[in-house]
Amino acid sequence: MNAELITFYILATLLIVSSLSVIFQRNPIYSALSLVAALFFVAVLFLTLQAPMLAILQILIYAGAIMVIFLFVIMLLNPDAREPRRFLWWGFGSLAAGILALELIALVIPRGAKVWSGGGAVGPDFGSPKKLAESLFTDFMLPFEVASVLLLVALIGIVVLAKREA
Amino acid sequence: MLSLNYYLALSALIFAIGVMGVIIRRNLIIIMMSIELMLNAVNLAFVALARSHGSMDGQTIVVFVMAVAAAEAVVGLAIVITVFRQRQTLDPQEMQLLKG
Repeated sequence: MNAELITFYILATLLIVSSLSVIFQRNPIYSALSLVAALFFVAVLFLTLQAPMLAILQILIYAGAIMVIFLFVIMLLNPDAREPRRFLWWGFGSLAAGILALELIALVIPRGAKVWSGGGAVGPDFGSPKKLAESLFTDFMLPFEVASVLLLVALIGIVVLAKREA
Repeated sequence: MLSLNYYLALSALIFAIGVMGVIIRRNLIIIMMSIELMLNAVNLAFVALARSHGSMDGQTIVVFVMAVAAAEAVVGLAIVITVFRQRQTLDPQEMQLLKG
């Protein structure tokens, strides 16, 4: 067991536990805080995959902006946390999710082994802001512009939706 | 360097946890959080594959996924607020106006 593997196992365990905590907490506030933890662990996993810029963006956008909106909405609505425990339905959901996980893992593992042996080594500036911007503003120029239009549409949409009387 | 399989398997597990949350919970806000979890699982797979191919394309796509996730979250939560104002509940089982 090398250090990399141990780090990965620790991170993976923390991520899985916090993800399960998101869906099993009864109070939505605790769910939201667990989700912040899960997003943070994903950001650390990005760091181990040489994606430092994405790790920073993940913390800024997800754990910062999106989760603040979630917490605001939870506190604004103050929803009733009690929902009925339906054990049959929970059993069905767990079973379906377990089958899905097994199938996905069975699907990716043989492919992954083949892919990995190809290009292992990358340059030291892989994942740097410069590389990301180069890719973003050359190959992905059109999607970038479309994404800006999408965000504008979302902005106008929420103003229209959230206004009390039109 | 760690094998790609570990990351893809972890991504599959997190995605399945998100699906499970969507199935078993009856709170719209938590369902939306589960969708965020699924998006993050896919992001993780993208970054792992980008690292394994040595190409920046995967990381660039993650930026777009984040933009779409942000738009989805704000519009979805605005809809949740509107629905809650009208029906005073977050239970998707109660939202059956279209049911004949």
